[in-house]
Amino acid sequence: MVLELGYIEIKDLVFGQETRVHGSTLVVDQDAFKEALRSGDDRIQGLNLALAKPGQSTRIICVKDVIEPRCKVDGHSVGEGRTHILRNVAVVSCGKIVGFQEGLIDMSGAGAEHSPFSRTLNLVVEVEVAPELPPHAHEEVVRHAGLKAAGLLAEAARTLRPAEVERYHCLDTLEGGPKLPRVAYLYMLLSQGLLHDSYVLGRNAREGLPCIIPLPLLMDGAITSGNCVSACDKNTTYHHQNNPLVRELYQHHLQELNFAGVVLTNEPVRLAAKEASARKAVELVKTLKADAVIISKEGFGNPDTDQMLLIRGLEEAGVLTVSITDEYAGDNGASQSLADATPQARAMISVGNANERILLPPMERLLGPLEDLTRLAGAYPHSLHQDGSLEVELQAIIGSTNQLGFHTLRCREV
Amino acid sequence: MSTSYKVVHCLNQFFGGLGGEEQAGAAPTLVQGPKGPGLLIENSVPGLRVMSTLIFGDNYLAENTEKAVQEILNLLAPCFEGDDAGRPDLLLAGPAFNAGRYGIGCGALCQAVQERWGIPAVTAMFPENPAVALYRKTVFIAETSDDVRGMAEAIQRMTPLGLKLVRRESCLPEEDHYIAQGRRKNVRAAKTGAQRALEMLVQRLQGEPFESEYPMPVFDRVRPAPPVADMRRARLALVTSGGIVPRGNPDKIEAANAQRFGSYPIKNLQRLSSQSHQTVHGGYDPTCANGDPNRVLPLDAVRELESEGAIGSLHDWYYATVGNATSVESAQRYGQAIAKILLADGVQAVLLTST
Repeated sequence: MVLELGYIEIKDLVFGQETRVHGSTLVVDQDAFKEALRSGDDRIQGLNLALAKPGQSTRIICVKDVIEPRCKVDGHSVGEGRTHILRNVAVVSCGKIVGFQEGLIDMSGAGAEHSPFSRTLNLVVEVEVAPELPPHAHEEVVRHAGLKAAGLLAEAARTLRPAEVERYHCLDTLEGGPKLPRVAYLYMLLSQGLLHDSYVLGRNAREGLPCIIPLPLLMDGAITSGNCVSACDKNTTYHHQNNPLVRELYQHHLQELNFAGVVLTNEPVRLAAKEASARKAVELVKTLKADAVIISKEGFGNPDTDQMLLIRGLEEAGVLTVSITDEYAGDNGASQSLADATPQARAMISVGNANERILLPPMERLLGPLEDLTRLAGAYPHSLHQDGSLEVELQAIIGSTNQLGFHTLRCREV
Repeated sequence: MSTSYKVVHCLNQFFGGLGGEEQAGAAPTLVQGPKGPGLLIENSVPGLRVMSTLIFGDNYLAENTEKAVQEILNLLAPCFEGDDAGRPDLLLAGPAFNAGRYGIGCGALCQAVQERWGIPAVTAMFPENPAVALYRKTVFIAETSDDVRGMAEAIQRMTPLGLKLVRRESCLPEEDHYIAQGRRKNVRAAKTGAQRALEMLVQRLQGEPFESEYPMPVFDRVRPAPPVADMRRARLALVTSGGIVPRGNPDKIEAANAQRFGSYPIKNLQRLSSQSHQTVHGGYDPTCANGDPNRVLPLDAVRELESEGAIGSLHDWYYATVGNATSVESAQRYGQAIAKILLADGVQAVLLTST
């Protein structure tokens, strides 16, 4: 199984007559695009498109997901053939609040340093669903609309010649090869219900995990996001498509280490299920004959227990661990940061205290359902100041404490 | 022109020139200008002036700290509450090196002065001084050697640290040589989390030393209360961190990192309903809780127990907050406040539900 990822460099995004790439500008035919998105789903009542670009005085709120536009141009299934990618472009789906978990993206100002999507050219898809639609259906409509939009947009890349092509092979490391330490990646996916779910090849991660996933599948967008809790440490679909740990490990493969494989595991809600998932994940890591493993987490609080169970199980099995976590140390940084701990968790990477507050300047343009602004997790009733500035915790910003290790933010003792 | 800074300095009887151990019981006095180490402080930064020196006996402060601190605050009040132009910018205390009683005096004074007048206060000690454990979380303590031979270095650390705080500049333990306060703060690293994770893993594999970015916390263990002797006579109250509130969330409890808790009447209610109550918790799938709030705050079940006589009575109010991302510090505060009210209301038992 070999996968080729071909990147089409995009430097600008505009509305125009026909959806296509012109030079390095991506043009979107707004009306046709809207029509295509609405067709086939009568649960969509209204749909708005907008463009949000780096440096603009723009705030996007109640963001559900962010997706990198990709299309399969050769090959029949996920993980093989060639996929074309519109680089620097993202589809951002948003809409009325479903829970309290959705987050925001600022395209400039202090908040822009904290989200990777402040640096992408964003097509913002705001979806209004039919009244009285139950929450799970509401979530599904918006999730599907985002994925569909990304697919439609990527059609513009189908016949173009990519500026760069990356190749991903299956990791077949059990035989031969240099004598190097074997390193696995244990990839935790949130799987706790509405706005807390993830999907693997379209199937809810609550079922069928833990499992070993071939690298080309993973790099070809096998994992999509159905969760937004909390905005700071949810993995959007874009994060899954561009997992930095997988890239790091692949780059160092057969240099200092032997990348032994990726184990996907979930984060169930019940303790017995957590213990069962942890046991099975540890067994799978052992079948990869790994000497060491990196563990990434999604979400916080309840998932801290999943991560600690995995660390304990692996260290007791003689597998060295390094785990990535964010912290909830209170806005003054004085509280303990995690909801669970184990003495075996000796090697932690901290990607930031999500409770730390940030003052976001007023923005000229606000995209999304404004009335829900102060109901986002990480906001307070008095968050919105009279001049339009917004005081929130970092947890309200999409991807600010991403636990796949996307950023340079870290937390330390002072 | 260099800025001028005004400092009040605190010393024990020995460094203040009153005498040795025989003067350890000396009551505090306030004198004009610098004394002893205060002269070194003045010389260490151009434009810095030690306005006055507060001298106290080690035992006087260590043995009856609360009363002595109050006495000293009264002595200092005219200085800090006078006109703006004459008001000090900074309080410095010590250095106390490894002297335990002196350390306690310095720590207590720094804490009291910064709390009362909101100006920075800095002391300096040897890391193993017993006062460090008492005050490091609230007071900036510059790190010193264990005895007076490290005086020059101690002054060179304590004074600039104090001035940085006056200028509201951010400080780091290893750069500014103070004893880490145990607070967590966000900073930027040179590398991404993914790169750091791989680096740490390679260090571990090669048996090299590595430093965890989050040392595991030691959790408080809450000792369970003794069992209620007779539930059939007890008044029971319902408390939840699952975010169940009357519809509309009248107290605007936050979906995450709650800044408050609420109390709500259930006197005439047999059960909650999706029309009367909802959850505002942002950390779980709220569909079931909104459909039947009794599943998080079990009013229906407790009413049954009440009618069967299994419990004496149900308290007329329930208390609720949101546990999602709420700091332990806040949670402790809410728990203590709710317990106090419930005790005053004659409640003997609590059913605490979380999510």
